Amino acid sequence: MRVLRLFSIGMAAIFVSASAMATDLRIGLKSEPSSIDPHYHNLTPNSAFATHIFSTLVGSDENQQHFPDLAVSWEPINDTTWEFKLRKGVKWHDGKDFTADDVIFTAERAQNVPNSPSSYVTYLKGKTFEKIDSHTIHIKTEKPYPLMPNDMTTVKIVSKHAGTGATTEDYNSGKAAIGTGPYKFVEWVPGDRIILVANPNYFGDKPKFDNLTFKPIKAGPARISALLAGDVDFIDAVPPLDVARLKSEDSVQLSSGASNRVIYLHMDQFRENSPHITAKDGSQIKNPLMDVRVRKAISHAINRDAIVARVMEGIAVPAGQLLPAGFHGVSENMKPLKYDPELSKKLLAEAGYADGFKMTIHGPNDRYINDAKIAEALAQMFNRIGIEASVETMTKAVYFKRASRGGPNDSPEFSFMLLGWGAGSGEASSPLKALLHSYDKSKGMGAANRGRHSDARVDALIQKGLATVDADARGKLLAEATEIAVGENFGVIPIHYQVSTWASTSDYKYIPRTDERTNVMGLMPN
Amino acid sequence: MTGFVFKRSLQSILVLFVMSILVFAGVNLVGDPVDMLINPESDQEEIERVIRDLGLDRPITEQYWFFLLNAFQGDLGKSFVFGEPALKLIIQRMPATFELALFSLFIAILFGIPLGIYAGLKPNSKVSRTIMAGSILGFSMPTFWVGILLIMFFAVHLGWLPSTGRGDVATFLGIKSSLFTIDGLSHVFLPAFNLALFKMSSIIRLTRAGTREIILQDYITFARSKGLSEEKIVLVHLLRNILIPVVTVIGLEFGSLIAFSTVTETVFAWPGMGKLIIDSIYNLDRPVIVAYLLIIVTFFVFLNLVVDILYSVLDPRVRVKGNNE
Repeated sequence: MRVLRLFSIGMAAIFVSASAMATDLRIGLKSEPSSIDPHYHNLTPNSAFATHIFSTLVGSDENQQHFPDLAVSWEPINDTTWEFKLRKGVKWHDGKDFTADDVIFTAERAQNVPNSPSSYVTYLKGKTFEKIDSHTIHIKTEKPYPLMPNDMTTVKIVSKHAGTGATTEDYNSGKAAIGTGPYKFVEWVPGDRIILVANPNYFGDKPKFDNLTFKPIKAGPARISALLAGDVDFIDAVPPLDVARLKSEDSVQLSSGASNRVIYLHMDQFRENSPHITAKDGSQIKNPLMDVRVRKAISHAINRDAIVARVMEGIAVPAGQLLPAGFHGVSENMKPLKYDPELSKKLLAEAGYADGFKMTIHGPNDRYINDAKIAEALAQMFNRIGIEASVETMTKAVYFKRASRGGPNDSPEFSFMLLGWGAGSGEASSPLKALLHSYDKSKGMGAANRGRHSDARVDALIQKGLATVDADARGKLLAEATEIAVGENFGVIPIHYQVSTWASTSDYKYIPRTDERTNVMGLMPN
Repeated sequence: MTGFVFKRSLQSILVLFVMSILVFAGVNLVGDPVDMLINPESDQEEIERVIRDLGLDRPITEQYWFFLLNAFQGDLGKSFVFGEPALKLIIQRMPATFELALFSLFIAILFGIPLGIYAGLKPNSKVSRTIMAGSILGFSMPTFWVGILLIMFFAVHLGWLPSTGRGDVATFLGIKSSLFTIDGLSHVFLPAFNLALFKMSSIIRLTRAGTREIILQDYITFARSKGLSEEKIVLVHLLRNILIPVVTVIGLEFGSLIAFSTVTETVFAWPGMGKLIIDSIYNLDRPVIVAYLLIIVTFFVFLNLVVDILYSVLDPRVRVKGNNE
């Protein structure tokens, strides 16, 4: 009995000390947001950070599933109108009430921030916001639009009273940075730190920490040593090379999970003579990548398991399509393609390239995890089936411009490219629409289709899917589009899904997010 | 004298002008940041809007002309990434870099001069040989690697000093700096030491060479024969004479200390101009790159001008020659 009592006192002491310790948290971030203004820059570091201060109508959890945030319910009331019921009793950080007027104001402001290097127009275009009563909103579109809730997970709601006339500088200084989220803004010293404090009136789960300090630490080794030295409690983007070493540290807790980012290959399918492909003697040949058998041969030549095991240190998942299982609209039939170099050689011979050809693989060397090493491994695998592949990698600032618009008339410059795609909407239409739908400026489709793959069947399925409000039917259409575009056409070749890793002190563990974001609300006591 | 200053100022403006053309053309040749700034899910229309908004759809000559027009009104453009004036971003981070450079200069002098004198006075002792070998290491070891080693040893292993960032800031005599707080000093020590290593090595070598030369001079022999104590000889006669070349070099190299703090700032996540310029180069944030280089060049030109003027004041030969021309 006495032992038991002593034990319980001991446990209580541990809990007390744990909760006393849990008041402050310092986070080492790889990428600093470029602004506190949640509508200034539509890019991951900014939107991930803004979630601490601001809320959205629809929340997006660690698996990009939706949950009620500022809206408690949403449903289509007819083909072109969605109704959102707003949460009642929500207070802004300055104590004022949240109402439908704030949502209407946000929809207007988010599309019109001056100098925005990437705006929220992408998610708000063609939508009319209408206030029905103080806590009901209707959003109208011209055509049926099933992805409304997905789009509403992206736009952070700002207050009308603080936001009217406010510039991006006003948000950066804190004057207008009034949100409804779990933490309140205190201070931003660019390049140095961002400080937040808990919002005691938050409508959701109580914030677990009193004070948050975000420190941008760009260099990977510096981020890890800051964690080991106890200068920060939690870091993101742990490089795969360091994972094995950190595993042996008792004071460190690693948290990792597959992301929605697929690493894949784009292949020139629109030029008869592709600039970086020649016969082995250097003479010009007809672009072999136009032939589906060659693309299939290339896919079979990739030993995905070896790439994951050796290049990625085991920290990746072989990919058979554009999104891992579990996401809406993925196909249940598609597995990673078998490694079969003999079949590849046969396919090449059938296509009339028994002797192979020469090509250059282009890729970035500082964008995706181990990107340059992946490109080199691929080149070796292609050499085994007779394709003489060389590798040219470059910094992302140079690479992406050339890959999208480096050729004549702003056409893609390269023939064979290593790229990655993270499905921001958390479902299959995002990669299908951008990577595999025919390049069509007037429809806003295929914007990142750098191989210019084009198949009318795929286009029709994607468009039909994007106009189907019924979720199951839409999922089937998108899965079918993937099966044709990736499975039959080899329009792009998936390699693997990235795995993101976070590290914290052993007091906490992080619930890994598929969208690769770092959100303190997902950090749990260990 | 005024003619000299006037002529030098004109030359400086020419240098700035040529430099701005080079940087503008160079960054333009490399590419633009649109594809990294924009959300990948944006459609073609939005991509074109961003290119238009940043003015990148215009011919480069036109972009440069607008830059020049604005620059003459003191506006060096807005950062593509942050959307704030480039000049403001740089000035915001200038104090952090200056205090880092000053403190590392202090460390370099504090260690460099005594070690150099010792090595000069006793060139054959084991300690002196160790000092000289150390100074070669200081020259040749990569800053990034040394920085990580310092962090691993002093911050992770021993836990004595913080590994990252700038400490608390306090105001003293109207100057806001982290050098006025204990927390700030503990933060600045490792990065400053890292940055100081290279300078320290050159000061050691300079001081040693000076000492070796001066110690053989007649007035030292005379002082010795006068029966002066060794300390007095070193502190008065020797130190005063070796300081002249050392101070000149330190003055000139202070500029390079500021310009080359980039690596140290990146390793230690020090929120200075160096980290800003590295990030801006990675992002091809042209307005910030151009503004930063203009400021650095101005700074160098100014330092050189001051040194030249001081020389013409101190050294009559320069002045006479200048007048004859």
